[in-house]
Amino acid sequence: MDVTIVDYKSGNISSVINSFKEVAKDKVNIEVTSDLNKIKSSDKIVLPGQGSFKSCIDGLNSINGLIDTLSQFALYNKKPLLGICVGLQMFADIGYEEVETKGLGWISGKVSKIDNQNGKYKLPHIGWNEINIVKESKIFKDIENKAHMYFVHSYEFIPNDNSVTAATTDYASNIVCAVEKENIFGTQFHPEKSDKTGLKIIDNFINL
Amino acid sequence: MLKNRIIPCLDVKNGRVVKGINFVDLKDAGDPVEQAKIYSDGGADEICFLDITASNENRDTIYEVVEKTSKKCFVPLTVGGGVRSIDDINKLLNCGADKVSINTAAVQNSKVVEDSSRKFGSQCIVVAIDAKRKDDGWEIFTHGGRNPTGINALEFASKMEKCGAGELLVTSMDKDGTQSGYDIELMQKISSMANIPVIASGGVGTLDHLVDGIKSGASAVLAASIFHYGTYSVNEAKQYLASKDIPVRI
Repeated sequence: MDVTIVDYKSGNISSVINSFKEVAKDKVNIEVTSDLNKIKSSDKIVLPGQGSFKSCIDGLNSINGLIDTLSQFALYNKKPLLGICVGLQMFADIGYEEVETKGLGWISGKVSKIDNQNGKYKLPHIGWNEINIVKESKIFKDIENKAHMYFVHSYEFIPNDNSVTAATTDYASNIVCAVEKENIFGTQFHPEKSDKTGLKIIDNFINL
Repeated sequence: MLKNRIIPCLDVKNGRVVKGINFVDLKDAGDPVEQAKIYSDGGADEICFLDITASNENRDTIYEVVEKTSKKCFVPLTVGGGVRSIDDINKLLNCGADKVSINTAAVQNSKVVEDSSRKFGSQCIVVAIDAKRKDDGWEIFTHGGRNPTGINALEFASKMEKCGAGELLVTSMDKDGTQSGYDIELMQKISSMANIPVIASGGVGTLDHLVDGIKSGASAVLAASIFHYGTYSVNEAKQYLASKDIPVRI
């Protein structure tokens, strides 16, 4: 099996690569590439994302044909895709970080700044927070409700249809921190930095 | 609920772990990769490497340490010491660091903070503030605490937040290495003013000091020697904090 981590110059993805390689061992081939043919032929895709919503969308757009290839993979071929952090946020129709930016539109909704309640809550939301699993998701197999995951973000994905929400976390309000829509998965937290429970989520995705 | 973080820090020199007392008198004690792994297995919420002699010695050793550590530890890794430029930051991130802490360069040229937070995201830019009590405030120092700047720590903290820093790592130079507890007043002042998380550093000798650090408003507490010399394990520290009703990840 080939799992491809999309390399579109979206900031630091070495931790994502290290964690997938750790979980995959020699059983699964982990590719890190922006090569469209390799992406098309892979079995699963990981879409990481760091920095701002806009910089990540710009990064995707800077590689000719990448967005079409990803959309084809996720929406028509319906093969598993995991978005991490801004990788998840980009599923939305629109993002409001820096400037209003059009997202991929795969899961209807928007990405806005977390309401810090007049400075009561510090942003970014950094650290380990508990996840409330609200629907059974394949990537949460053997993950306990209230498990801790590592977060670092200032913006949140607000889906129009709550049925896509797989987990939330409590910070200033109930923040959507995992989504599942058919073959499309996303986590706002960083499984690659969430120690053994995070690696288990990666393992679950690889074994889908 | 967001948990308070405990961050063991390893001072690294030429690829080996050391811990200075008031920035001098270094003792060698161990391999940073193995040490980091012990910490992450023990429940450390993050790991911090401080390359203490980076400014004037064999710089490249830290890259190798970071690269090896990031293949073994799957919790966030912050690396600081001798970070001068966007290039340095890029190199550390590519080696597997998750965050980079900037000290001297941030004071000399705040544009490094602005540019790097825009390029890599605020989430990976930590500004390290080394502060010393002076008159009725605190003055920041650069170059590992060697050079006074005349700059007020609170004003500098506020400026760094505006420049895009994602976190502030605040070290009291008066307290560092003394094991007499954090400079609580300093942590309170900066935490209450800043809208970004503050990591308290410098002076931990007992588990109660960690409790005091969190109660001062810091989001995370950093300590080196109590963990490094095995006085307490990270897990013991967390159990203790939990017993004092401080939310931690156990």
